[in-house]
Amino acid sequence: MHNPRMAQRDVGLILMRQLASGLAVPTLIADETGDMLFFNEPAELLLGQRFDETGDILRGEFTSSFALRDEQGNQIPEEQVPINVAMRELRAVHRRLVGRGFDGVDRNFEITAFPLLGAGGHLIGGVAMFWERKHQ
Amino acid sequence: MTMRVSLWGTRGSIASAGPDTVAYGGNTSCVEVEGRDGTIVILDAGTGIRRVGDTYKQPRRIDILLTHLHMDHIQGLGFFAPFFVKDFEVHVWGPPSTTQGLRARLSRYLSPPLFPVRLRDVAAKLELHDVPMEPFQVGGLEIDGDMVIHPGQTVGYRMTDGTATIAYLPDHEPALGADGMPTDPAWTSGHDLAAGADLLIHDAQYTADEYAERVGWGHSRIADAVALARMSGAKRLVTFHHDPAHDDRELDMMVEDARRMSTGLEILPGREGAVFRV
Repeated sequence: MHNPRMAQRDVGLILMRQLASGLAVPTLIADETGDMLFFNEPAELLLGQRFDETGDILRGEFTSSFALRDEQGNQIPEEQVPINVAMRELRAVHRRLVGRGFDGVDRNFEITAFPLLGAGGHLIGGVAMFWERKHQ
Repeated sequence: MTMRVSLWGTRGSIASAGPDTVAYGGNTSCVEVEGRDGTIVILDAGTGIRRVGDTYKQPRRIDILLTHLHMDHIQGLGFFAPFFVKDFEVHVWGPPSTTQGLRARLSRYLSPPLFPVRLRDVAAKLELHDVPMEPFQVGGLEIDGDMVIHPGQTVGYRMTDGTATIAYLPDHEPALGADGMPTDPAWTSGHDLAAGADLLIHDAQYTADEYAERVGWGHSRIADAVALARMSGAKRLVTFHHDPAHDDRELDMMVEDARRMSTGLEILPGREGAVFRV
């Protein structure tokens, strides 16, 4: 838009955030570049930090702060993080992973990540939903 | 010369002519914009478009910008006189879809059994366009279309002519899913369309009590229209898409209530027949 203020997110992201705000499923939303825009209250427990304390987080910052490992303990490189794969390959991704939160605590969970396509069919962002596995 | 904005239909949902709706009118959404260079753009094709069509005596180009394809925004298309005059050139713009072209979607209404005349049978030179999601030009008007919160694919418009800007969001529920009206512009549907507009024409269908019963129906409390106008720095707000159940007296009261809670913002009642210079 030629409007100089250019403040607003895509309406698809706005609706997704509003949906995530009302869900009990930990949910994280990234923009199309992978910058983390929002995570909901249930995700705060999983990530070990409140969203209000972090605000938007750049893609590289997020993966270095929230370290992901596979079930064998191998670190997941940034390009293999499910939400990044989902947006790059425009497909849904589901994986079991271990994440070390901002609070330093390890948690086991499954992640389902999927790309968000806007009204014209273009990529506007991605979503990751987490299911914590408390019993191994 | 300034941009001229004429309201030909301000009612929402269904036409509601009657003795109690004379002041605000009963026709559904239709706004005519004339640019400084004479460019004509018609926003939505509710029942109000029938009377607009009768005002064009000489063949010319006319662009109709549809916000979405709900019936109250397209019902007048089949009664738009220039469609049936050979030398008119009519461009119809509508929200993009990844599944069906605009012609196919409009033809669901403009074909039997719902309508006797098929879209392909209109006499005018007719061109259909998906609204691009980047700025586009119609004559001297620079136009932005952007998706807004309303059931189905729905576009809001921002039109700039030189230094004058209007925004048109007739069906919009920016508070959907939020705890009250959002306060962060980045996460508020419609913000960028309305930002700094000289005239914002916005959905103001419900009172607060009515909205509580109709969350998700795609429309705004008048207070949300005011909040969006204030957040976005719009200079004047025109109330629009009036509930068919609201008579003139109730609509006047809603506007008066809104004025009391919003000092510094000019709130204008969206009455059929009103003309604004921007």
